[in-house]
Amino acid sequence: MPVPDSEPGSIPGLLEAGLDALEARARRPSGAAATLRRSVLPPLLAVALVAALWQAAYVARLEPDWVLPGPAEVWQSLLGALRQGDVWPSIGQSVSRGLLGFVASVLIGTPLGLLVGTLRPLRVAVGPVLAGLQNLPSVAWVPPAVMFFGVTPAALYSVVLLGAIPSIALGLVSGLDQVPPLFLLVGRNLGARRLASVRHVLLPAALAGYVGGLRQGWAFAWRSLMAAEIIAVSPSLGHGLGRLLKQAQDAGDMGLAFCTIILILCVGILVNLLVFAPLERRVLRSRGLAGQDT
Amino acid sequence: MTIAPSTAPAVPTAESAPEPAVRLSSVTKTYAGPGTDRPPVLENIDLTVPPGGFTCVIGASGCGKSTLLTLIAGLDEPTFGRIDVAGGHAALMFQDAALFPWLTAGRNVELALRLRGVRRAERRAEAERLLALVRLDGARDQPVHQLSGGMRQRVALARALAQQSKVLLMDEPFAALDAITRDVLHDELIRVWQETGCAVVFVTHNVREAVRLGRQVVLLSSRPGRIAGRWEVEIPQPRRIEDAGVAELAGRITEHLREEISRHART
Repeated sequence: MPVPDSEPGSIPGLLEAGLDALEARARRPSGAAATLRRSVLPPLLAVALVAALWQAAYVARLEPDWVLPGPAEVWQSLLGALRQGDVWPSIGQSVSRGLLGFVASVLIGTPLGLLVGTLRPLRVAVGPVLAGLQNLPSVAWVPPAVMFFGVTPAALYSVVLLGAIPSIALGLVSGLDQVPPLFLLVGRNLGARRLASVRHVLLPAALAGYVGGLRQGWAFAWRSLMAAEIIAVSPSLGHGLGRLLKQAQDAGDMGLAFCTIILILCVGILVNLLVFAPLERRVLRSRGLAGQDT
Repeated sequence: MTIAPSTAPAVPTAESAPEPAVRLSSVTKTYAGPGTDRPPVLENIDLTVPPGGFTCVIGASGCGKSTLLTLIAGLDEPTFGRIDVAGGHAALMFQDAALFPWLTAGRNVELALRLRGVRRAERRAEAERLLALVRLDGARDQPVHQLSGGMRQRVALARALAQQSKVLLMDEPFAALDAITRDVLHDELIRVWQETGCAVVFVTHNVREAVRLGRQVVLLSSRPGRIAGRWEVEIPQPRRIEDAGVAELAGRITEHLREEISRHART
């Protein structure tokens, strides 16, 4: 195709190049040391501060030992439990249940959110119900689930699904709401009909909200699972982290209770850190939405 | 048809009298229901843009300039009248480049090709050719948020050209740019228009811009939007916005525009 030479010396070519160079945004590189200082150090300091306050309360003997064990004691019992090896199956079982329940919630919540977000009548009918469900503490589902399914894995999973699906669906709905109408207009002009428009315009434009919904959905799934495991106890359900917590309560073992809570927290944080944080950052950054430093 | 520069002169010859690129016959658009006295947005518009023509539509805010383009683009239906577009489809550009921020510059162009059914193997080369046409050869892999406003509009132009329509509709595409960038893009647009041979309908409220670019300038009145004047611009391209001829004609058209606008103060 005879594209004219850009005539290196000519004013228009140079002028454009100059304008582009002046206006285009430069990317600021950030080193590993800076990242460490900015995003790893502060949370570590916060944890250290909490531990210090805890230790102070312990030393001051605000409560007797068996009610408020010291951080060192809990650390010891945590190390002991990890070394003994019987918490690993508990962690494994709870995590696999949580992830399985979460994946199922994604598979159900995504089409649901897409339908509610794009079909007006459905939105008017189902939107408020979803918002209401999201506000309902998912522990409330445990008694009916147990009555319906008995103390079975099905009861646990149904609680997880009811906890996570509304968040995932509503995250997608709010993502869809934030799609600029101009994008849809451009998509139509480019020839994107219904499904092509959903695939090439609507979904990618709503992705940031959707990922936020996924993140929240995981939090709800994990919480719901723990609640269900604590309440619905049966040998047939094996030995999840919730069961471990219940066991600590029955034995009056505050050290074990604390160390189980720490484990539950760690799983939540790790999944967030390893899965959702990078996913969210990637989505935002590719759209030029994340700050350079995050 | 391809985007290849037409070797034939873009000016229609008298003997062959080709089909116009765009023809509006008595087009009226009203958003009011029957019985209400809201004036139509557009009333009885007759407009013909020849193949390879360049028509600028000017008018005050709210005169229905943008509505006119959405009608030609087929995004809305006229209430009365008839619109014919060569090839049945017109590409549309806005003041906001509206590039998809999750795609690179090159992928934005490729998406347009893909939605048109161009095979994967050909998309990449074609997108590259189009980006070169708007002088953005180096920007293919850049995320669009790293591009300047002028570069974004050039990507949007490449994306519009990727649709291979015979008609390009532009809705104040340079209004948000600074004067120097706009000036550069005027040159670029004229060059691309001459190379591709597509017909352009260009909406602006900037009279000088209209005279700088167009072969024909159409003035729309407001409420109802009617055609209040037409001028053929005989000044040969390349023109500059500061040319005496451009300034003189723009001055005359501005007089009419002012009259149109002050009419609304009296009623």
